[in-house]
Amino acid sequence: MKILTGNDLKNGRVIWWDGQGWSFHVEDAVDVGDQGETILKQEDAACRVNGGYALDAELDAQGKPRPAHIKDRVRAYGPTVRPDLTLKPADPNAGTWVI
Amino acid sequence: MYKYDQYDRAMVQARVEEFRDQARRRIEGKLTDDQFKPLRLKNGLYLQLHAYMLRVAIPYGTFNGAQMRKLAHIARVYDRGYGHFTTRQNIQYNWIKLEEAADLLGELADVEMHAIQTSGESIRNVSADQYAGAAADEILDPRPWAEMIRQMTNFMPEFSYLPRKFKIAVIASPIDRAALRWHDFALRIVKNDAGEIGFEVYAGGGMGRTPFIAYKIREFLPTGQILSYMQAVLRTWNRNARRDNIHKQRMKILVHELGEDEFRRQVEEEFQHFLTLHQDFPQAEYDRIAAYFAPPAFETGLSEEIDRSDPDFALWVDRQTVAHKAPGYAIVNISLKPIGQIPGDISADQMDLVADLAERYSFDDIRATHAQNLVLPHVRKQDLHAVWTALHEAGLGEANLDLVTDIIACPGLDYCSLANARSIPVAQKISERFADPARQQDVGELKIKISGCINACGHHHAGNIGILGVDRKGTESYQLLLGGSGDEVTTQAKITGPGFDEAGVVDALERAVERYREIREPGEKFIDTYRRVGMDGFKEAIYG
Amino acid sequence: MADVLRFRDDPVPDEPAVSLDAFLDQTNAASVRIEAGDDVRRLAPVLDRTKLVEVDFPKFRDGRGFSSARVLREMGYTGEIKATGDVLVDLLFFMRRCGFDSFAPDVPFDMDDVNATLSRYPYVYQPAADAAVPIWQLRHPDLVNG
Repeated sequence: MKILTGNDLKNGRVIWWDGQGWSFHVEDAVDVGDQGETILKQEDAACRVNGGYALDAELDAQGKPRPAHIKDRVRAYGPTVRPDLTLKPADPNAGTWVI
Repeated sequence: MYKYDQYDRAMVQARVEEFRDQARRRIEGKLTDDQFKPLRLKNGLYLQLHAYMLRVAIPYGTFNGAQMRKLAHIARVYDRGYGHFTTRQNIQYNWIKLEEAADLLGELADVEMHAIQTSGESIRNVSADQYAGAAADEILDPRPWAEMIRQMTNFMPEFSYLPRKFKIAVIASPIDRAALRWHDFALRIVKNDAGEIGFEVYAGGGMGRTPFIAYKIREFLPTGQILSYMQAVLRTWNRNARRDNIHKQRMKILVHELGEDEFRRQVEEEFQHFLTLHQDFPQAEYDRIAAYFAPPAFETGLSEEIDRSDPDFALWVDRQTVAHKAPGYAIVNISLKPIGQIPGDISADQMDLVADLAERYSFDDIRATHAQNLVLPHVRKQDLHAVWTALHEAGLGEANLDLVTDIIACPGLDYCSLANARSIPVAQKISERFADPARQQDVGELKIKISGCINACGHHHAGNIGILGVDRKGTESYQLLLGGSGDEVTTQAKITGPGFDEAGVVDALERAVERYREIREPGEKFIDTYRRVGMDGFKEAIYG
Repeated sequence: MADVLRFRDDPVPDEPAVSLDAFLDQTNAASVRIEAGDDVRRLAPVLDRTKLVEVDFPKFRDGRGFSSARVLREMGYTGEIKATGDVLVDLLFFMRRCGFDSFAPDVPFDMDDVNATLSRYPYVYQPAADAAVPIWQLRHPDLVNG
């Protein structure tokens, strides 16, 4: 599947396209098929995303999108060396999802 | 240290307002990201993996307690409670908001700091010997020249868009603590046979994907001609560098392609032209700046005695302090490499503590080092125990300067959008592997440097042992390198052979260290042994 | 909006600019176009017949044109130097300091941005191709350098 990510223009946070708008959580990402470029163009023009791009992902064991490349998984989770600063500070298994 | 006058203040303030305007235009959609990117980079603002990142300049690595406290305040208010000291004596924050960045820059300006030209294709922050003004071996304090060069090279109209970044270093000692020849342009302050002060000039060094060690391009440059000479170097490069491939635009590539002699000839020709324009700063301006760097009022008659009855303290004194030029004083190195922690990271509370210690014990003077540590340059020997006690309680009391756990590491894939592999976890695992103080002491000086991609921000080319993270079909892989250095000899590390996974590279590194212990001759450091036996002496131990 | 921003009072040269090679061949030409990689020092023998030098910026990050303009001024050229192509308004102040005195950007400037940019910096640290007095000289008013 193809999903979309980028950073919020104003606050820089990592965001994922959920079909209606942008979410902080990769679990909310939806398959955009071949619509990626169209959506990114429109969202970039509206200054809602910075540095947006499409990437490959697959569904993990929980049926949630897991980016194919480690770099995007680090983006989705946060720095692996600072679990306290990630989106899932209380989840001991979140790090293994990244690697 | 240097104090801004009304002119410096006005320039930095103008820069803040300029950036405020540019950020507004970006947020309103009047600038595209392509247009805004070089503008924000000239103010040190990157877009990284998780957020915007801001790199704040610490000119020539010198700052004071009030500035450190402001950095702590920024960490708390604008970021997430910490900062990261870099390999170029700067500090960066990882969680900055674009909409707050101009306010942050304004707060920096309040304490005479800025982020001007800390990124982008510009003349970067000037780095210098972290022991400047305290070292027993320096000819004079190099920082007045570094400050003068800061003023010469900030906002240089002709060099608004250089082919690539341009990094400058200045030292004044025979011992090189600043990795001089790994810079695009570097100056060593020397005295000639007539007793005149001048610069020995190096150019064309740099790491990155195509590493080069700088050539000495001039034996002696009169100090009063430095602006003319720098303009000649910059113009020669700006006019002649390639612009079609960003990976081939650093000055080192031009110097290499033209050859050392032809590059020197072109620079000298341009230099003679610039001398006719009479644009150099006068001696009076140097004198004005140098007055700010007058030595502090060192006390005399101080005791040289240190009570070494506490073995942990004695170990720290032996490892972390260095001879000072004034009797009764020591240079104190503060390790930002606690075992298993993130190299260069420091919490806001720790910053406040260092600020307190600097004010109380070090004439309000702090230094950042390119090895991602801090220095209190002027501490009375009689105060060392108090300083150590405070550092120890704050988790900053590690005694590992230049040892195997004093690792340089770039932020790597945990933070950086350019990275191919994580650097920090490798550093942490090596640190834990060698945590035993006795083992570290036995191994002795060994500089490990880790980069998460070929851009080499972790200086792997200059590591006695270097590690380079690469992307191998979507998984992290690590190459091991041996034999690099940033010292007076300056050598480029060589790759040992096939790469490893994360656990494998730590094991391989340990085998290399053990091999060194087996074959070293008395008094030999790791790099000495490597230089004696070469790669062949290690390869079998590493690969079996 | 302004298509051409000009800081000169003399008449606008009206003949089209030709390439550097053509300009050196045609002894009656008065307007020359400098591409980013051209060496403006080749104009030295013909500066007296040169009325307009257009310096092109293929992309604004290509900073060679800054050196071209300043080199021309150092050679004593007093005619028009026009920046064309991908010129960003944020560069205007520094371009003026290098000797540019007219601008024909691909995308016309917003005049509010022009005025803000030009009035941004109250001082300069270094000498350039303009008459601005560097800060060090303001600090030492009794000194003239060189």
